[in-house]
Amino acid sequence: MEKVFGIPEGMNDKKTAFCPGCTHMTAYRLIVECLNELGERDNAILCRPIGCSLNADGSFDIHTIQSMHGRASAVATGVSRMNPTKTVMSYQGDGDAISIGVAETLYAANRGEKMTAIVINNQIYGMTGGQMSPTTLIGQRSTTGVRRADDTGYPLRFAEWLGQLEAPGYVARAALYTPKDIMQAKKFLLKALRCQKELGRYSYIEFLSFCPTNWGVQPKDCLKYCQENVLPVFPVGEFKSCF
Amino acid sequence: MAKIEVNKEKCKACELCLAACPLGLLRMSREFNSFGDHYCEQPDSSKCTGCTLCAIMCPDMVITVYK
Ligand code: SF4
Ligand code: SF4
Repeated sequence: MEKVFGIPEGMNDKKTAFCPGCTHMTAYRLIVECLNELGERDNAILCRPIGCSLNADGSFDIHTIQSMHGRASAVATGVSRMNPTKTVMSYQGDGDAISIGVAETLYAANRGEKMTAIVINNQIYGMTGGQMSPTTLIGQRSTTGVRRADDTGYPLRFAEWLGQLEAPGYVARAALYTPKDIMQAKKFLLKALRCQKELGRYSYIEFLSFCPTNWGVQPKDCLKYCQENVLPVFPVGEFKSCF
Repeated sequence: MAKIEVNKEKCKACELCLAACPLGLLRMSREFNSFGDHYCEQPDSSKCTGCTLCAIMCPDMVITVYK
């Protein structure tokens, strides 16, 4: 018998610190697989801020650089401008990219920096303790309160927003909820990275991810929870594509 | 002919793979691994098609598929 699926080259057997059922690690696997396919893994730099993204440390083989909370796009801008031949990515959560560092993320997109911004949207702050984030759903509980439109506003659809800008070459949102979603997510990510590599343009991809611990939902119930609550607010699709 | 191999120690017992298998071939073990978690197991590999869907779903890359 032949091996048809296993840990990709560039990742190892280390057990990560992510909670059971967290799909952050799926995003990391897709990043490594796509970079392998493009032959860019050794030539890639991943900019990460503070957050759950760091739980993957030691499990993958890509150059990384650490930024302040929220500022991954600003650091990626510098890295990309100084290293125009590199594949530069930022990897952030929703609270980090769309709240704390919203200015950095938005203006990197508006300037059309040669980079790929990867945002894990699980509608809540993870590592910092389950606080409300800009994508928290109406009526959703967080450790800082329940979201009410008349108090904290509506969940922010950032991908749709960036899709209206001139400069980005590719803007999409994918889910990591089912094997089919994950296969589609990989196709989108490959396009986002090709947009940067082949056309030298900015690309943005948002991954809808499970956060069972901070939602207070059992991992096996997350799919149903997301189909009922998340997908109606955050539809999956490509909002801008240069291909 | 296909089968899966589960890295028991790495499994976090999230059960996402159980729902991913279209044939319902997976279940959680009665035993624990050294972290105190039940782990995924495939009691009978004779029906496994090697479709890899369980392995694609597992966030922690616990499952290796052979065909
Ligand atoms: S490879 Fe496919 S058929 Fe076999 S256990 Fe996994 S999901 Fe089920
Ligand atoms: S094999 Fe993976 S998906 Fe299945 S229970 Fe273990 S950690 Fe979860």
